[in-house]
Amino acid sequence: MKFVRDFLDKIKPNFEKGGKFPWLHSTFDAFETFAFVPKTTTTSGAHFRDAMDMKRTMTMVILALMPALLFGTYNIGFQHFHSINPELSFFEGFWDNLLYGAIKILPIIVISYVVGLSIEFGFAQWRKHDVNEGFLVTGMLIPLVMPPDVPLWQVALATAFAVVIGKEVFGGTGMNFLNPALLARAFLFFAFPSSMSGDNVWIAEKADAFSGATPLAEMMIGANLPSTSFWDMLLGIMPGSIGETSSIAILLGAAFLLITGIGSWRIMLSVFMGGALMGLTFNLFGSNPYTQIPFYYHYVMGGFMFGAVFMATDPVTAAQTNKGKWIYGILIGVMAVLIRVVNPAYPEGMMLAILLLNVFAPLIDYYVVDANIRKRMKRWKIKGGQNVQ
Amino acid sequence: MAGFNFKLIKNPLSKENPITVQVLGICSALAVTAKLQPAFVMALSVTVVVALSNVIISLLRNTIPPRIRIIVQLVVVSLLVILVDQVLKAFVYDVSKQLSVFVGLIITNCIVMGRLEAFAMSNKPLDSFLDGIGNGLGYAIILITLGVVRELFGSGSLWGYQIIPDSFYEMGYQNNSLMIMPPMALILVGIIIWVHRARNKDLCEK
Repeated sequence: MKFVRDFLDKIKPNFEKGGKFPWLHSTFDAFETFAFVPKTTTTSGAHFRDAMDMKRTMTMVILALMPALLFGTYNIGFQHFHSINPELSFFEGFWDNLLYGAIKILPIIVISYVVGLSIEFGFAQWRKHDVNEGFLVTGMLIPLVMPPDVPLWQVALATAFAVVIGKEVFGGTGMNFLNPALLARAFLFFAFPSSMSGDNVWIAEKADAFSGATPLAEMMIGANLPSTSFWDMLLGIMPGSIGETSSIAILLGAAFLLITGIGSWRIMLSVFMGGALMGLTFNLFGSNPYTQIPFYYHYVMGGFMFGAVFMATDPVTAAQTNKGKWIYGILIGVMAVLIRVVNPAYPEGMMLAILLLNVFAPLIDYYVVDANIRKRMKRWKIKGGQNVQ
Repeated sequence: MAGFNFKLIKNPLSKENPITVQVLGICSALAVTAKLQPAFVMALSVTVVVALSNVIISLLRNTIPPRIRIIVQLVVVSLLVILVDQVLKAFVYDVSKQLSVFVGLIITNCIVMGRLEAFAMSNKPLDSFLDGIGNGLGYAIILITLGVVRELFGSGSLWGYQIIPDSFYEMGYQNNSLMIMPPMALILVGIIIWVHRARNKDLCEK
């Protein structure tokens, strides 16, 4: 690593004030801090610095996404060959499947990063602030929530929309109130419905004779149970968005996030609780077959698991207070199942549920904090106005 | 007579734009701009109503008792709106149907009421007329911009004529359906305001 340091030190003066390219300072700074932990310290007061800064946090999340990404890549290939030859078993033609999946997914990842990062760098340069790290994760999340057959120019457009309208207009990473990756998906979902919904988009270059319906779509048109078995759905052997199919792979990522303390267990748990709550309520009162399926089916179909683990837990857009996180999570679970079962227009409710609660998260926090203040005021009054520590 | 005061027309086009600066008339700006033609007709109707009602109120301004001035203004505006509505129905029936209730709702358009209260009640008829035209045009610029962008990207056409060639569609281009939905109009208005303020620093709130 020495030569990288040497090289950076050598070219550094060019980007300082008075150098050749002072206007590229943000770009240089981004690459320098990407390679090395910054040495600078604050000038006044005691200040602890953890090596776990934002760049490392983001890298951890990327690592947590790897199982879902690898499985997704393989599954793209398997679903493609399976639609041509329905006799195919899951591990047959392993390398073919993987190769086919990689050819499909790599361009989407590249497009997402290139477009998103160029906009981030452009804005950072323009506003003369440092490049934010937030897009490292967003850029990986966007490909994982796309259908395998999505046109690349649409990915580029959606990424640009999400970064500019979802993030930069509010001041960049940390200021956005909507999850950018989900916003990109929502943008495509409403702008180009034909490439984001229906039975033909979930399997890459599907053979015409094969029905490409996802379990959610089957339930929507009135099946009693999805034709895919529970175990297959748990493992992820079904058509769907790239990263969302395998609950096992997502749970591996979730375990990693929880062990490293990056993801909030309160949010994950409460989303599942909310889903169970609504699922059980439907079991009690529902009248059509969709309302009668066991609640845990909701976890493994569609993007519920992925949303709960990677989207709802986004520290910027989720509720910040502990009590708020419970309310936020439970409402996401409830809304997601509610939209799935009741709304005839949207087979998948997770995306809309999370975006809706993203909007409400600051309000939830406000009332949680307010309630706490009132509680303490009351205690203070009961004690006769003395300061109770 | 001081003659034509062109500032009255020029200011509302940019620095005092009713939509991007005063944030009035947003509702109709979102509702009727999915296509260029209705947006244009709407902009024209509002301009006519603002200009003429400004003149009438300005003529009457010394005789209107202050306590009932709002109701008098409403009567004048409704009269003009009904006239406009009838003209539209007679000559451009299709567009009139597309605009549906929004022509009637010009009565409640904040731009109209705002100009009557803020300007016509205290200025001479000629100035009021110019002010009405200016504000109408300021509204029209934004509506037509929105109409062009939304129809071009949402339906691939302008004024009903296809602009984006078939060969684009064959190459995989798709119309952006979000453009024809009101939320995207709101986002576009936001972008216009963003650009406008970036170019006129004195408009930014401190």
